[in-house]
Amino acid sequence: MKTDDLIGALSADATPQDTSPRNAFALALAGGALTAGAVFFATLGPRHDFMSAIHTMRFDFKFVVTLVLAVTALLAATDMTRPEIHRSRQRKFLLAAPVLMILAVMFELYMVPSDQWMTKLVGHNMRFCTTMIPVFALGPLTLMLWAFRRGAPENPTRAGALAGLIAGGLGAAFYAAHCFDDSPLFVATWYTLAIAFVTGLGALLGSKLLRW
Amino acid sequence: MSQTKTSDGVRATSEAEWAGLMRAGLSGDGVAYRKLLEAITPRLRKFASGGLARAGIGNADAEDVVQEILLAIHLKRQTWMQDQPFLPWLNAITRHKLIDVMRRRGRRGEVPIEGLIEILPDDTAQPETSQTELTKLVSRLDGKQQAIVSAISLDGKSIRDTATKLGMTEVAVRVGFHRGLKKLAALYREGNPA
Repeated sequence: MKTDDLIGALSADATPQDTSPRNAFALALAGGALTAGAVFFATLGPRHDFMSAIHTMRFDFKFVVTLVLAVTALLAATDMTRPEIHRSRQRKFLLAAPVLMILAVMFELYMVPSDQWMTKLVGHNMRFCTTMIPVFALGPLTLMLWAFRRGAPENPTRAGALAGLIAGGLGAAFYAAHCFDDSPLFVATWYTLAIAFVTGLGALLGSKLLRW
Repeated sequence: MSQTKTSDGVRATSEAEWAGLMRAGLSGDGVAYRKLLEAITPRLRKFASGGLARAGIGNADAEDVVQEILLAIHLKRQTWMQDQPFLPWLNAITRHKLIDVMRRRGRRGEVPIEGLIEILPDDTAQPETSQTELTKLVSRLDGKQQAIVSAISLDGKSIRDTATKLGMTEVAVRVGFHRGLKKLAALYREGNPA
């Protein structure tokens, strides 16, 4: 095929482009929250004392830290769909969730006598936690990868990892509404482990699916 | 960055002109879009042959690289944010694809650092051969998709003529053609199984 012929053919496909990758992320976020929510209510649902738990600081903090993670990762992600951006300037905000988590852990270590640290950390159902967060995150992860495919990420692995962070944060926020372990020691250990798994999965899938 | 005044001038002119053409292209103006692709192709050709030569691959198949880059520009054109400069976007796509091509050939991507605008266009005529890699890839498309893509790209038929010839609606031809182009990009990425 001559290059002129190709150019002619590509101009024949020059249909109006109106959906920017940013819109795709908005759709993926809405769809991801819906699917994760649907799976959550179909399987676990909120804990029975949800209404009184929301008056406790430790319970609320679980939503703050997981949603801050999802939102900051989403900010960086919309930048990463642009091929000319190697590292998003928004990526510094990704530090927000880890910093919040560290502060909360320090607070907890100060408030709780040291002989209870281990009990708090181990909690009641860590295995359940590390299983269900990835389960809730699967829908959002799929949609975030779909949104990234509409973009042109310079580094597909890193983009996939960001998709995983968003999905992991969302999945963890839903799980938090069910989970009775509210200590930051538990959250910092098991939520982090579960979200790291989703992030790794996202990076792996991204390295395959987000090449262009 | 030590730029002479002239090259700054060229940069500003091309930026404004190409961005304008791309904007028109994104809103569906095929003529403007074609002008843009025609304007950048001589530079792509020089960029590709320079890159291949530097990697010691030889530039015999530079035209294949040019065609793969054009296809990538086309399929990713909606990722250019119209409130941002156009040249950095174009350079990023071009560089990404050249690195990708070299990686597939087992070479480390040592890609020219100049942007397309610093490259003097290669004014030599395009190679006469029509047996590019892309032609082979078209033959690997499924039946209907292959019929659509070859009618439009190899035979130069319009969407309407293709629709009449294949007994399909124009919308179906458009959709099939676009999917065919995406499939071609994926086949490029798989590399040659041969």
